[in-house]
Amino acid sequence: MRTINMDHVAASPLLPEVIEAMMPFLTVKFGNPSSMHSLGADVAEEIDAARTNVAQLINAKDQEVFFTSGGTEANNWALKGIASTNRSRGNHIITSSIEHFSIMHAVKALEKQGFEVTRLPVDAYGIVDPQDVERAITQNTILISVMHANNEMGSIQPIAEIGKIARQYKIPFHTDAVATAGVIPVDVDQLNVDLLSMAANPFYGPQGVGALYVRRGVKISPLLDGGIQEGGYRAGTENVVGIVGMGKAAEMAVVEMDARIAHLIPLRDRLLTEIPAAIEEVDPVGHPTLRLPGNVSVTVKYVEGESMLLFLDMEGIKIASGSACISRSLKVSHVMLSMGIDAGTAQGSLLFTLGEDNTYEDVDDVLRILPPIVQKLRDMSPLYKRSSKTKAS
Amino acid sequence: MYSEIVMEHFKNPRNVGEIPNADGVGEVGNPACGDIMAFYIKVKDNVLEDVKFKTFGCGAAIAVSSMVSEMAKGKTLDEAMKISNKSVIEALDGLPQKKHHCSNLGADALHRAIEDYRAKQKGEKFQKPEDSPEACSCPVCDVNDPEEAPYCASVCEHSSK
Repeated sequence: MRTINMDHVAASPLLPEVIEAMMPFLTVKFGNPSSMHSLGADVAEEIDAARTNVAQLINAKDQEVFFTSGGTEANNWALKGIASTNRSRGNHIITSSIEHFSIMHAVKALEKQGFEVTRLPVDAYGIVDPQDVERAITQNTILISVMHANNEMGSIQPIAEIGKIARQYKIPFHTDAVATAGVIPVDVDQLNVDLLSMAANPFYGPQGVGALYVRRGVKISPLLDGGIQEGGYRAGTENVVGIVGMGKAAEMAVVEMDARIAHLIPLRDRLLTEIPAAIEEVDPVGHPTLRLPGNVSVTVKYVEGESMLLFLDMEGIKIASGSACISRSLKVSHVMLSMGIDAGTAQGSLLFTLGEDNTYEDVDDVLRILPPIVQKLRDMSPLYKRSSKTKAS
Repeated sequence: MYSEIVMEHFKNPRNVGEIPNADGVGEVGNPACGDIMAFYIKVKDNVLEDVKFKTFGCGAAIAVSSMVSEMAKGKTLDEAMKISNKSVIEALDGLPQKKHHCSNLGADALHRAIEDYRAKQKGEKFQKPEDSPEACSCPVCDVNDPEEAPYCASVCEHSSK
């Protein structure tokens, strides 16, 4: 049986070139970049080269890029670092209701310390209205953080417009670009952002490494205190092998991005149109065009996501779902609820995240294998009452 | 994640369907919690002659329904009322901790169908408990900050914990 990975949001395979670039740092080039001798100095140069590649990917300056352990650390650092630096200026933070847990829970932690939080609503496509951002601003607002795109439903936010408003009011603006950096064009100047979080794995770099972009002149306190790595802003011996891998992946993303997008969009759109055409009462989730190129999110009525996911897994197809039964907390995805999708419908969530390795054949297999699985589970479901259309068949 | 027995029942669930003119019907659950189970029973001489179910839910919920239906079939009503959450989990060779509430639902739905039958025998109408609080007595609600589990909490807040 073929394995079809359509869960790139959970994990994307490393590119062979990335593995090749990383290998020496797992074997002979084991030096600590902080060492004065050549074993360390050589490694320090490689880190600088990786930083340049990552900076180029988002049109930043080298010294504005700080490596972290991934998107979660970058998000925590951005929020907590800006909040503590600006505590004397105000205590109000604006964010959205569809953020990743690493923003959602960092904001909640700040709330417990006395910060006040406005969580902006989204429309039915999951998109924040920039005017809502402007309306939410008070004299005490010290930080705005809105994610660039949500991986669970794919919609891309109007970051440049929000950034323009933030700049007008001189409020630091952060975006969680983990889903977009290296995947679609991300330019920190065009987006008008002051801080931007990213991770290597979405563009085929290793897991456990990411970066925070901090615009020159923006004051932020470190999250981790210790040695003077990363200019003193991020202590701890560098994850050299991860950073080198991220640098190589960034270099390749710059070159290959257009081709990757051109490969993904037709596959995405075929699934987004053909799944609802093949199965009744299936609705796409998120915006049809302002959307991540590899993201297909749908809800299937009357059945639950995990049971569909398990049957697909038996057929070799690996996907994800926002169903409560899958989340460790047994809660329906806050993203879908914020979009006005009711809890019962959200239970039938299916999330396909496509990547470089997916083909038309993979898409055809999904379209062939999914409908009978849905029918089998609907026949078992007390919520499913056969509509007049299906009765005729 | 699941035991072989759970996966076997999930792949080939026993006794799926409805019983026309069932002697008793029991339903528990709420889509906000993730699972809904409906049990249908046919009773002859105080024995469960037939048991069928329909379930909306995860792999564990489907396996639990299937197992409960098998355990109940052929049992007297009193015996079937003794089928417990624990005995269902044991028969399935274990369930992940967070799926334990699914096993509660299976036994509850069966018991409710039996209560429905008994009420009808007495010429009464079985009163389904309002809001089905026990349907969402998930162990997670006990450990989580209710503020962080708003969707479960909205169903569970009526429960008399």
